[in-house]
Amino acid sequence: MKKCDVVMIGGGHNGLVAACYLQRAGLDVLVLEKNDWVGGAATSRELTPGFLYSNCSYVCSLFRPEIMRDLELPKHGLQVIAYEGGAVFTRDGDYIASYRDHDSHRREFARYSKRDAEAYDRYARDVTRQCRFIQPLLMRTAPDPFSFKPRDISELLYLGKKFGEFSAHDMAQTLRFWTMSISDFLDEYFETDVIKAYLALSGIIGTALGAMSPGTAYVLLHHYMGEVDGSVGAWGYARGGMGAVTQALASSFQASGGTIRTGADVARVMTRSGRATGVVLADGEEVRGNLVVSNADVKRTFLKLVEEDALPETFVHRVKHFKMRGSSGKLNIALDSLPEFPALPKNSSCIRGDLHFTDSMERMERAYDDWKAGRYSADPFVDMVIPTTLDPTMAPPGKHFMSCFVQYCPPQIEGRDWTDADRDAFADTVVSQIADYSPGFRDRILHMEVRTPHEIETEVGLTEGNIFQGELTFDQLLFNRPVPGYAQYRSPVPGLYLCGSSTHPGGGVMGAPGRNAAAEILRDLKLKPAEMSPAHDVI
Amino acid sequence: MTSSDPARTSASTSPASFEAPNFDAIVIGGGHNGLTAATLLAQNGRKVIVLEAAESTGGAMRGFEFHPGYCSAGLAHIVNRLDPDVAKLLKLDSKGRRAETLPTVALSPDGKHAVLRGGYGETIDGISQAEMKAFAAMRKKLVFQAGILKRFLKRRPPEIGKVGMSDLSTFAGAGFSLITKGREEGRDFLRMLLMNVADVADEYLSDDRLKGLVAFDATLGIHLGPRSPTSLLGLYYRLTGETDGATGAQHVPQGGMATLAPAFENAAAAAGVTIRTGVHVTRIVADRGAATGVILSTGEQLNASAIVSAIHPQATFLSLCDTAELGTGFVRSISNVRSKGNVAKLDLALERPPTFTGVSSADHRGRLVIARSIAHVEDAFNPAKYGEFSTDPVLEITLPSLANPDLAPSGGATLSALAEFAPYDLKGGWESGKPAFEAIILETLERYAPGLSKSVVASNLMTPADMETQYNLPGGHWHHGELQADQLLINRPVNAAAGYATPLSGLYLASAGSHPGGGISGLPGLLAARHILSERP
Amino acid sequence: MMLEMNTRRALQGHIATPRFETPFHPRIAAISETSDWYTWAGYKAPHSVFDEELEYFAIRSTAALFDISPMVKYRIAGPDAERYLNRLTVRNVAKLSTGRVHYTAWCDDHGHVLDDGTLFRLSADTFRLCCQERHLPWLLDSAIGFDVGIEEETMQIAGLALQGPTSFAVLSNAGFDCIERLKPFQLADFPHEDGSVTISRTGFTGDLGYELFVPAEAALSLWDRLWTAGQLHGIRAIGYAALNRARIEAGFIVANADFMTAETALRADRARMPDEIGLEWLVDTEKPNFNGRKAILEARRNQTLKHVLVGLEIEGNIPADGAIIYHRKKHEAGLVSAAIWSPLAKRNIAIASLTRPYGTRLTEDLWVEIYALRELQYQKMMKRARIVPRPFIKLDRRAAAPPGLF
Repeated sequence: MKKCDVVMIGGGHNGLVAACYLQRAGLDVLVLEKNDWVGGAATSRELTPGFLYSNCSYVCSLFRPEIMRDLELPKHGLQVIAYEGGAVFTRDGDYIASYRDHDSHRREFARYSKRDAEAYDRYARDVTRQCRFIQPLLMRTAPDPFSFKPRDISELLYLGKKFGEFSAHDMAQTLRFWTMSISDFLDEYFETDVIKAYLALSGIIGTALGAMSPGTAYVLLHHYMGEVDGSVGAWGYARGGMGAVTQALASSFQASGGTIRTGADVARVMTRSGRATGVVLADGEEVRGNLVVSNADVKRTFLKLVEEDALPETFVHRVKHFKMRGSSGKLNIALDSLPEFPALPKNSSCIRGDLHFTDSMERMERAYDDWKAGRYSADPFVDMVIPTTLDPTMAPPGKHFMSCFVQYCPPQIEGRDWTDADRDAFADTVVSQIADYSPGFRDRILHMEVRTPHEIETEVGLTEGNIFQGELTFDQLLFNRPVPGYAQYRSPVPGLYLCGSSTHPGGGVMGAPGRNAAAEILRDLKLKPAEMSPAHDVI
Repeated sequence: MTSSDPARTSASTSPASFEAPNFDAIVIGGGHNGLTAATLLAQNGRKVIVLEAAESTGGAMRGFEFHPGYCSAGLAHIVNRLDPDVAKLLKLDSKGRRAETLPTVALSPDGKHAVLRGGYGETIDGISQAEMKAFAAMRKKLVFQAGILKRFLKRRPPEIGKVGMSDLSTFAGAGFSLITKGREEGRDFLRMLLMNVADVADEYLSDDRLKGLVAFDATLGIHLGPRSPTSLLGLYYRLTGETDGATGAQHVPQGGMATLAPAFENAAAAAGVTIRTGVHVTRIVADRGAATGVILSTGEQLNASAIVSAIHPQATFLSLCDTAELGTGFVRSISNVRSKGNVAKLDLALERPPTFTGVSSADHRGRLVIARSIAHVEDAFNPAKYGEFSTDPVLEITLPSLANPDLAPSGGATLSALAEFAPYDLKGGWESGKPAFEAIILETLERYAPGLSKSVVASNLMTPADMETQYNLPGGHWHHGELQADQLLINRPVNAAAGYATPLSGLYLASAGSHPGGGISGLPGLLAARHILSERP
Repeated sequence: MMLEMNTRRALQGHIATPRFETPFHPRIAAISETSDWYTWAGYKAPHSVFDEELEYFAIRSTAALFDISPMVKYRIAGPDAERYLNRLTVRNVAKLSTGRVHYTAWCDDHGHVLDDGTLFRLSADTFRLCCQERHLPWLLDSAIGFDVGIEEETMQIAGLALQGPTSFAVLSNAGFDCIERLKPFQLADFPHEDGSVTISRTGFTGDLGYELFVPAEAALSLWDRLWTAGQLHGIRAIGYAALNRARIEAGFIVANADFMTAETALRADRARMPDEIGLEWLVDTEKPNFNGRKAILEARRNQTLKHVLVGLEIEGNIPADGAIIYHRKKHEAGLVSAAIWSPLAKRNIAIASLTRPYGTRLTEDLWVEIYALRELQYQKMMKRARIVPRPFIKLDRRAAAPPGLF
C-alpha cells in the first residue's frame, strides 16, 4: 500500500477535525477506524429499526463554531438546533424549571425563593465573566512554563495580559472560582437546596468528582463555555443525533480528498530509529505514513500502541498516573410515545429540554459516594433528554428517542467486571427513577441500549470509559494536559502526535484539541493551513 | 473608664498601666498569635495592651481541669510548626526548652505498626525496605515543594495590582529554586500542587498504614477527604512546619503543652505589654472608615491608633464591628468564609497509663494515629458532608500526662484524642450525638489499647460546637476558617482583608484566620505586627 | 427560606403569561390605539398609546398618565431603617424627613453605582425605595447587623405618574383635598375608596407632576377617578417613548441606558462611580459610613475617576443617540447615550458619557459623529457639540407652590 503523509489513529470527532485541517493543507491523510463506522463518541446508530440513537454524547454546545465554518460542516449536513430550558422534578411533586425568557426564569425560581431568583442574575454574570476569560484559551496551544522558548514565553505573557484585564477584586475571585467546589460556590449565591442541585449538575457531568469536590466549579465552566450561534452557555441538539457532527466531518474530509478506512484496528505504532513511521493493524497489515496522529486517549496511545522502551521513564510514569476514571453510564431508549410527567403543566416546554430528578445536593453527593466505593449510584443523577421533541429525524412520527446520561457508574463493580445481571440492575435503577415521575413509562419502552464505562471502553476505546479522555482536574488541565512538557500535541516519539480530548482544552464534543493539534503539526511541517480561523472575538 | 471598673479586679500583670487608658495598639485576644503580635509591637516601642476574655491567656493552648485532678492542655496537644522567628522573638527556646522529636505511630489493627521517626519519617520502623525507599522519594519531593510554598507562608500575601519588589523577589526566588532543581521538578510542582493526597500517596506508596497516615495528616482539621482535589495542600502545610530545624518534626515542650501559654505570656510581659484577662470587648469603635478604640462589656472605652484583632475574623467583623461601618460586599464575603469545624477532641482521665498493643513504651510519648488506609479516612469523611459524624472515625492520640505528670494525679494518666470527622452542624444536634460519638471513639481506642475503657475515670468530649463557645471560635474551626485553596493567600480570610489591614483603617487582623493559617506557628501574629510597624513607623 | 409546597404550586401558572399585565392594563389596553407594547421588567407596557409625539405634548401641555407599576418597589421598615438606608445609599437619609422623597443612588464596596432611585419616607421608620433593577439579595445582605425588614412589593403596589401642567387641576378636580399643599418632593396619604393613596409631588419629566401609589386592588378605581376628573383638563394616557423625550429634556439619567449598573455589567470596566455619571452631588461624605464611601473618596483623592457624564447641545437638528464623540474631530472622547431634538427648548440635546480629561479639563472642540440612515443611505455628519448644564429645560411650574391650575 502506498505511503501516506499522515496516518490518523481513530475516527472520532477530534481525529476527523485534525484530519480535515491536515488534508485541506495539502497533506494526504488516511483515517483508520477500528469500528465499522466513524464517529468515536459522537455517533448516531440505528440499533432498532427506525430509531437513531446518539449513543454516547447527546447534546451539542461546545463544538467550536470556528471549526464548523472552516470545515464547511453546514454544507456537509450539520445543523444544530438550540433547545429550551429544562427542569428538575422534586420529590414533593413539584418541579423547578429553567426558561430562556429572563422574566419567566426569575418567576420560576421565585416560586422557591425570591432572593435566589434575583441572585441568579449575579451568579450568571459572574460565571459568564469566567467564560469570557476562558473562551479565547480554547483555541490556543497551552504554553509550557518551563520551556523558555520565545513562543511559550509570549503565550504566557498573553495569558498574563488576559488575566490582567480583570480588576484586582475579580482576579482574587477568579483564583477562588478555579479551586472551589460547585457546592461551595453556589452556597455563596443561593439558599435553596433544589436550586443549588439544579445549577450544580454541570459541575459533575462526566467527571469522577462530586459536587462537593474542589475544582467542580471549573467543570461547570467547562460545560458553560459552549455556545449555540453566539448564545454563550446555550445547548442544542445536532439534527440527526450527534453522529451528524462526525458524518459532516467525514463528508467534509472525503470531499477534500481524504481517505477513511473503517474496520481497521490499529495494534501498534511502528517506529524506526525512534521515529514514528506508520502503524500495524491487528491483522498484521502495515500502514506507513510520514506522521502518525493518535485520536486515541493518552493511555491507550502510549501504554498500548507504543513500545514502552521508546518512551522516557518519567513520561511513562506520568501517563500511567494520568487519571481516566470512568464515571458515567448511559441509557438509550426507544419509546413508543412521548412520556408524560404529571408534575409538569400541560404543554410545558420543559419536555423539550433536559430533565432531572436529583433535587438536593446531598442526593447528588451521595450518588458520588457510591461511585467512590466502586458501585453505581443507588439513587443516580440522571440527565435526560428527548431530542425527538425537536428533531424529527431520529424516530418515526409519534415515537421518541430518549437519552439518559447517568452519573455515577464505575468501570468495574467493586473491583470486578460487570456482568449482565449488574447491567440489568443498573438500567433498572434508572428506569425506576424515571417511572416514579412518569406513570406507565416502562410500557412505552420499545428498545433500550445500556452502556456502562465498560461498553464505552470496549466500543469507543476510551480507557476506563472516561468520556473526557481524562479527568478535568487542575493537574490535568492546560500545560499539564495530558502530561507536563508534552501538552502541545507532540509526544516523546518524533512524528507521533496526539489530537484527542486527552489534550488541551479537554473533553466534550468541542473539536478544539483536533484543530489545535493540526495547527502544531502544520507548524512542524512548515505548512500553512488552508483556512484556520482564530478564536472568535469575545467582545 | 473609671477606677471602679470591676474588670480591673481580675488577673492582670501590670496594674500600673490602668492610669493611662490610651495605647498605641490594642490587641484583642490573648492567644498565641495575639501575644506574638503584641510582643513584637512592644519590642518596637509601642505601648500595647492585650485584652483577653478568658481568665487566662493562651487561647486554644489554654488548658482546663475537666475532672478533679485531671487537666487538659487545651485544643492543641502537639507542636509541629512553631515558627523559628517567633520562637526567637519570644525567646521560647532560650531556657533549654529543646525537646526531643516525637515519633508518629501509624497504628495497625494487627499490632504491627509503622513508626515514623525524625522529621516526618526520616526513618521508619516496621516497613519494608522498598517501601522505605518509596516513602523517602515521596517525602523528598513533597518537602522540596513545600519549601517553595514556605517562601510565601513567611511573608505577607502579595497585593494584586500592587506587586512590590519584595513580592517579585519571592516569586523569583521560588522560580529560581524550581529551575535549579530542573525542569521536571518544576513541572511536577505545577502538576501536583492542587492534586489530592490520595492520588499522590497511591503514586508512591503501597503500605496502607503510611497511605492512611499521610491521608490523615493532609485532611486533619480540614473539610476534605483524601480523594478531594487540593487535599495535598494540607500535607504541604504540615511539611512547611519545622521543629528545631527539622522539617515536619513534632514535639511536646518539656513540662508539657501547658508550659507554652505562659511562655508566650511571659515574653509579652517582658516586652512591656499590658495584659488584661477576663475582659470582654463588645465593640470596636469606628467612624467613617477608621477604627479608633474598643468598648468593653463594662462600658469602658480604650483608644489606640491600631486595633489588632487576634480572634476569628467572623467574630471580629460580625460580632465586634458595627456592620454599618463595613461595606455590604465585605460583610457578604466575610459571612461566606467557610469555617465549620470537623474535629472533636476527647480528653480522658485514666486510672493508669494505657498500653497500646505493639507500641513500645517510649513510643507512647509520641503521636499515635488510627487511620488504617486512605479508604478509612475517606469513609470517615463522607458522613461529615451531610452533617453526620463518622461511625468509624480516624484519630490522633497523645498521652499528655507522660510529658507533664501534673496533668493527672499520681499513678493516673490523661489521654487526648483528636477525632475526625465531627461536623459542627450535626444533624439532630450534638446534645444527643455526643454520647454516641464518644462511645464510638472509646470502642475504637479499646481495640488498640485493650482494657483502656475500664480505666476511664472521666471523659470530656469537646465538639466543634463546644469549641465555638469555649474558645470563641465561630464554627469551632481551629484554623479560623477552612484551610482550602480558595481561602488561602490573597483570599485569606477574604481578599479585602488579606494583608492584615482591613477596610477599616486602624483595624488589623492577626489570627489564624489570616495568612498563612492555623496551628501553633505564631506567623499570622508575627506578620501582622510587621505589617503594622511598616504602615505606622 | 424555601417556600411551602402549596404556595409554590399555586405559582406554577406564571408560565402561561410570560408577560405580566399591570393592574392598570385593562384600562390602557382599552384605549390603546397603537397596540404598541414592549417589555418592562417582565410586564407588558405601552411604548405608545395613540401617537408618541402627541403623547409628549400631553406631558408638556395638559396632563399625562403613565403607568409606573413595573418599577421595582421595596418597603424597608424597622427601628434601624434610617441607619440601614444611610449605610446603603450615598445621600444622607437623616436629612430626609417624614413625608418627603429624595432621589438617591447606592453603590457596591468599590463605589460603583448599583442603581439610582427614589426613596420615600412614609413614616419615621418606614421607607419605600423605587428603582429600575432588582436588588433583593443586596438589600438583604446589607441588613446583616440591622433591625430592619425588607419586603419587595412591586406586585402589590400599583403606581401611576400624572405629569403635566394640568396635573394639579386633575387631582383637585378628582377630590384630593389639600393637594395644593404638597410641595415638590413631599408626599401625603389621601383617602381613596375604603383605603388611601400615597401621592408625592415627584416625577420624571421636569414638569409639574405627581406620582400615586395604591394597593393593586384599588388601581382601576384610581385610574377611573383620575380619568373622569381629567376629562376637562386634557388628560391622556402615554407610553414610554413620550416619557423618554420628557426625561431627556429634564436631564434625568436611566440605569442601564445612560450608565451600566455594577451588578449587571459583564465587562468590569463598565461600572461607574457616582462622580462618573453626574451624581457626585448626592454623595454625602460627612454623614456616617456608607457603601462605597472609601472607594469614592480614594478615587477623588487619587484622581482616578475615568469618566464624566455631561449634557450636550449639538448643532443642527439630527438626534445623535449612540453617536461617538470626538475631540478635535480626531480623538475618541465618549459616547452619546440619549439624544433628542427638544421641542420645548428647540435645541438638539444629548446626554453623553466622556472619558476624562474630556469633559473635565478638555471641554472645547468636541464633535459628534452622526450617522443618519435616510432611505437606505447613511448621511454621515460631524457636528459641533457644546457641554451645557442639565436640565436642558427649566419650568417654573414644576416647583410652583401652590401649583398652578395649568
